[in-house]
Amino acid sequence: MNIAVLVKLVPDTAAQIRLMSDHSDIERRDLNWVLSPYDEFAVEEALQLAEKKGGEVTAVSCGDESMVEALRKALAMGAAKALHIKREGPHNLLAIARAIADNIHERKFELIFAGCKATDDESAAIGQMVATMLEIPCVTEVNKLEVGDGSLTAERNIEGGSELLEASLPCVVTAQKGLNEPRYPKLKGIMMAKKKPVETVEAPAGEARLDSLAIAYPPERPEGRIVGEGVEAVPELIRALREEARVIE
Amino acid sequence: MDFTLTDEQKMLRDTARRFAENELAPIAANVDLDSDVPASVIRKMAELGFMGIVFPERYGGFELGEVGYCLVQEELSRACASTAVVLGGHVSIGAMAIYLAGTDEQRERFLPALTSGDRLAAFALTEPGAGSDAAAMRTTAREDGDEFVLNGQKTFITNGGIADVYSIFARTDEGRGVRGISTFIVEQDTPGFRAGPPEKKMGIRGSHTTDLFLEDVRVPKENLLGTRGQGFKVAMRTLDVGRLSLGAQCLGAAKQALDLSIRHATQREQFGGAIARLQAVQFMLAEMAADVYAMENIVYRTAQMCDNGDPFGREAAIVKLFCSEALNRVVDRAVQIHGGMGYMAEYPIERFYRDARITRIFEGTNEIQRIVIARDLLKKKMY
Ligand SMILES: Cc1cc2nc3c(=O)[nH]c(=O)nc-3n(C[C@H](O)[C@H](O)[C@H](O)COP(=O)(O)OP(=O)(O)OC[C@H]3O[C@@H](n4cnc5c(N)ncnc54)[C@H](O)[C@@H]3O)c2cc1C
Repeated sequence: MNIAVLVKLVPDTAAQIRLMSDHSDIERRDLNWVLSPYDEFAVEEALQLAEKKGGEVTAVSCGDESMVEALRKALAMGAAKALHIKREGPHNLLAIARAIADNIHERKFELIFAGCKATDDESAAIGQMVATMLEIPCVTEVNKLEVGDGSLTAERNIEGGSELLEASLPCVVTAQKGLNEPRYPKLKGIMMAKKKPVETVEAPAGEARLDSLAIAYPPERPEGRIVGEGVEAVPELIRALREEARVIE
Repeated sequence: MDFTLTDEQKMLRDTARRFAENELAPIAANVDLDSDVPASVIRKMAELGFMGIVFPERYGGFELGEVGYCLVQEELSRACASTAVVLGGHVSIGAMAIYLAGTDEQRERFLPALTSGDRLAAFALTEPGAGSDAAAMRTTAREDGDEFVLNGQKTFITNGGIADVYSIFARTDEGRGVRGISTFIVEQDTPGFRAGPPEKKMGIRGSHTTDLFLEDVRVPKENLLGTRGQGFKVAMRTLDVGRLSLGAQCLGAAKQALDLSIRHATQREQFGGAIARLQAVQFMLAEMAADVYAMENIVYRTAQMCDNGDPFGREAAIVKLFCSEALNRVVDRAVQIHGGMGYMAEYPIERFYRDARITRIFEGTNEIQRIVIARDLLKKKMY
């Protein structure tokens, strides 16, 4: 099976993010950068599939030079090779998706994995856009996957339940938490990654049709509220947890 | 001077960090309570490749150097000191002695099984009557035809009883002082060789520390590592490496103790607000940070010297001396900031405090480090 995984480098989710003083961007220095956590599920699923069915996994990333680190991580986990679509310039999801679609459509991938979203901008768009451009189906936020001959069945959570989908191959699958338990690269993988090929192609920057104006810190968490005392308070507490905090169903 | 990590080093650190967070941190309290690092944890470290980091590829290693190894030791030590000590006993002294002393043929014979982690190593220098004064050892190795016959007792040996391969120091030539000591490989199942039960300890309880008894233990001549009479030198060179990575262990534990203290200080409220707003607490945090920063710098600077092939013996002694004392200052302040909670076994700080104490004793006491440093200064007659 010929499989691609789309990957991106993002700030470590455990990192304390600080904003630049003019709020135009986050402070990028001193950050620990990692492979986006949802992309790890995508890479893991691709690798397991290749291990089970034979075939090869190609890691694909579009962006500046720093993206090579994400590719190396995917290679260290076990991907066979990598494609770096080099693109600098304005943040433009459409241009990124276009660059990816243009550069992979002739490579005949039967499955294209991506994280359901990147943990930095949380756009949750690239997988769907690439599928649209390639005119193939796309199943998003998948937490269970079976791949058969020429088709797949996938399960995803929807509000209050789950949905079972069938799609023909080729197909784009975006990975949600729960799909698998990503492996961490072993030293052997890390060393082998050095020797695996990373192909580089250039992609146009595209024009900026959408601009991020400012980013802000999340609002301070509101103070806790005492909903009542003793057993009588339980129904109100449950209502508040369900309807306001939405942490229980 | 460049402290930037390569992609490989970063990935190695991230792998170690994840392993420590996901697989060590949740069990560290039990490792302490049960006085045992589970074999499954040791196997997992082997699978990840931690046992081959520093060694050349031809012996199954990954050539990621002392810098790479210190990164891993630092991460493991944030979660579980006992596990870091098991790895240290195996890699930085047990297998390292074979690497430093062995001929090519001996390295090829013993190292691949150690770098892969199929077998575990230990380093046995100390004896009941020979601790700081290691050259006073009484274990003997007598030549007999194609064999050496070893007799004696070793004590306080890390990985004793669980190791398969022991680097053992013994006297081959009476009356020749430090030049009469040689290094031998003794395999765990050799007749006449046996380990005592694990000692009960104040800290790093998950790592086994035992006596070793040698009664007419016969090993082939090929098990004498390198050159006869070079054993003491081998021990000292091995300990240089051990001391350096011990510094990395101290660093990891200190960082964790500081992070836990920051968290506690910002959460614990007394007199109407978080204790972190009190200058007395802030000063403790600041002093802890100063120690951690200094540790971080001397550990990785010295690791780089080692990887560059520069002499680093005195620096390793300074790393060991400074980092172990800095760690003890840090964990002491961490307990203080945690108040009564810091004294309770329910919270990790209590274990960190106990685990820290050994770092001022083993791999040469801090008094011995001071002697090593001063001797070098006076020999060179300048810094
Ligand atoms: C948990 C643990 C694990 C260990 N693991 C290993 C291992 O894997 N392999 C191994 O070979 N050994 C190991 N050791 C032994 C360790 O290295 C020794 O305990 C250490 O070197 C000190 O020796 P000692 O205990 O005999 O103390 P002593 O040498 O008796 O020292 C007692 C005190 O006297 C001081 N002192 C001694 N001589 C001098 C001097 N000349 N000047 C000033 N002060 C001096 C010491 O600094 C110390 O304060 C381990 C020990 C422990 C506790």
